[in-house]
Amino acid sequence: MELPLSNQRRMPVEEFDTRIVLKNAARQARARGYQNFPIIDVDSHHFEYEHLPEILKFVEDPVLRQLIEASTIAGYRGVGAIPAGLGYQDYGGRVMREPLRRLEKTDARPHRDVTLTRRWMDCLGVDIAILFPTPMLHLGMHPQVEVEAALAYAYNRWLVEKILADEPRIRTMLYLPFNDPAATYRFVKEFSGKKGVVGFMVTSNRYKPVHHNDYMKSYALMQEAGMPLAFHGAYNWSDQSLILVNRFISAHALGFVWHNLVHLTNWVINGIPERFPKLKVVWIESGLAWLPFIMQRLDNEYMMRTADAPELKKLPSQYITDMFYTNQPMEKTGDMDLIKTTFRVTKAETQLLYSSDYPHWDFDLPSVIYDLPFLSEAQKRNILGGNALKFFGMEPPKKKLAQIDGVAAAEGFPRMQAAE
Amino acid sequence: MSEVRVGPASSIADGERRIVFHGDVEIGVFRWDGKFYAYENLCVHQGGPACEGLIMHRVEDVLAADRTFVRQTFSEAEIHFVCPWHGYEYDLKTGECVGDRRLKLRSYKVIERGGDVYVVTG
Repeated sequence: MELPLSNQRRMPVEEFDTRIVLKNAARQARARGYQNFPIIDVDSHHFEYEHLPEILKFVEDPVLRQLIEASTIAGYRGVGAIPAGLGYQDYGGRVMREPLRRLEKTDARPHRDVTLTRRWMDCLGVDIAILFPTPMLHLGMHPQVEVEAALAYAYNRWLVEKILADEPRIRTMLYLPFNDPAATYRFVKEFSGKKGVVGFMVTSNRYKPVHHNDYMKSYALMQEAGMPLAFHGAYNWSDQSLILVNRFISAHALGFVWHNLVHLTNWVINGIPERFPKLKVVWIESGLAWLPFIMQRLDNEYMMRTADAPELKKLPSQYITDMFYTNQPMEKTGDMDLIKTTFRVTKAETQLLYSSDYPHWDFDLPSVIYDLPFLSEAQKRNILGGNALKFFGMEPPKKKLAQIDGVAAAEGFPRMQAAE
Repeated sequence: MSEVRVGPASSIADGERRIVFHGDVEIGVFRWDGKFYAYENLCVHQGGPACEGLIMHRVEDVLAADRTFVRQTFSEAEIHFVCPWHGYEYDLKTGECVGDRRLKLRSYKVIERGGDVYVVTG
């Protein structure tokens, strides 16, 4: 494979191996003693479209199945039947994991995605990972509501039957087709209790308000089943507000927070936590800096307009810190006092769950948490794993599942050739 | 003075790089415009293999005389290498992180002797 570079140069790449790309992560894992405690990653991804033919077998509508199959033959991706989202996440090839991954060799069994996921988990020291899709994070933008539901159903069945069934270290919070409240309810009913399904997930880049009455019976069902709900941030560059920005960095920095800001505001101000007090909720992939902002904004205005939020029995910020959050992409360039204050006001010691977002371009290693100077060892271990175990009601693994030491052998693999 | 031999200078074409080892430390050695540069292969951000990523010229905005935006282009003079983990860019000739030049990779002196290239490690 040849990567295009600046000024008409090109870079040939002959091979790719996740264990080599992440060899420095494995060194960090060993140096920091990750073998001594569990690490649970609450947000990670695979590229499910690489297995689209497998997923399409689970599409029940034969016309839709043929339509999508025809639109994707021979690698044709000009105008497809599935939304994938605009955005050059690979940064002009600078962050190469996605295009180069097709060079990575895996055995026929287990499933390729199981092998690839295990490889990065072992390098990072992650024992259990919550796995989400990548292009299908944008399914909520599909104008055909029935297509979101049909594809989400096919993906979910494929994930449960072909991936989760093969590897207990991989779990998921299953995608909900939120634009279709009836299908959302059916999904919760059908998939609760399936092996590896530890909750449900709504991608935030959509235009349905989370407080709509249509969703109440799904929230009630999840609460009854003890299944947590996640809102996974994402951006939509075509959003009326985001078409004002002209660079990917701007669309991404604002977009991943914007939709979660809206949904969290609706969630709290409409008193959903009072209606479903035992429903656990986690907000994923908006970083942490948005939380002190929205806590202050809502508290300040609530004190002047309590009649606008009559279901609340305490300050909005107190509901916010009852919920859970993942770190990535944690804002690490500010001064340490600001980060420390953010951790304190968001009650990170109990409410923050580690997430890598691997293999996406802005992933966070466990060291992003472990190296924070103001955390005790116990606090680090809670955030990296203990809090998630409690959140999901998981038994702590009896032994370290990540094969950190096994990665060392991979360092002898041929080095990725980077010559030009 | 301790040194690590990189190899014959003739084997490293302009625009190429090598990764060499000094104990547990990995060092990236670049040849650009006939000169050699060497840095620790450890990104200041999250510890990625900074020296193994793409070598890219600096991206520049081109503005007209009236300060309106015209297009973007690649610099002819300033060359960077990019950490493949997250995209942190480094000035190939200084090791400075171009987003914040207060941050630098550990650099090493490179010498040529008898047709071979060596990194001076101590």
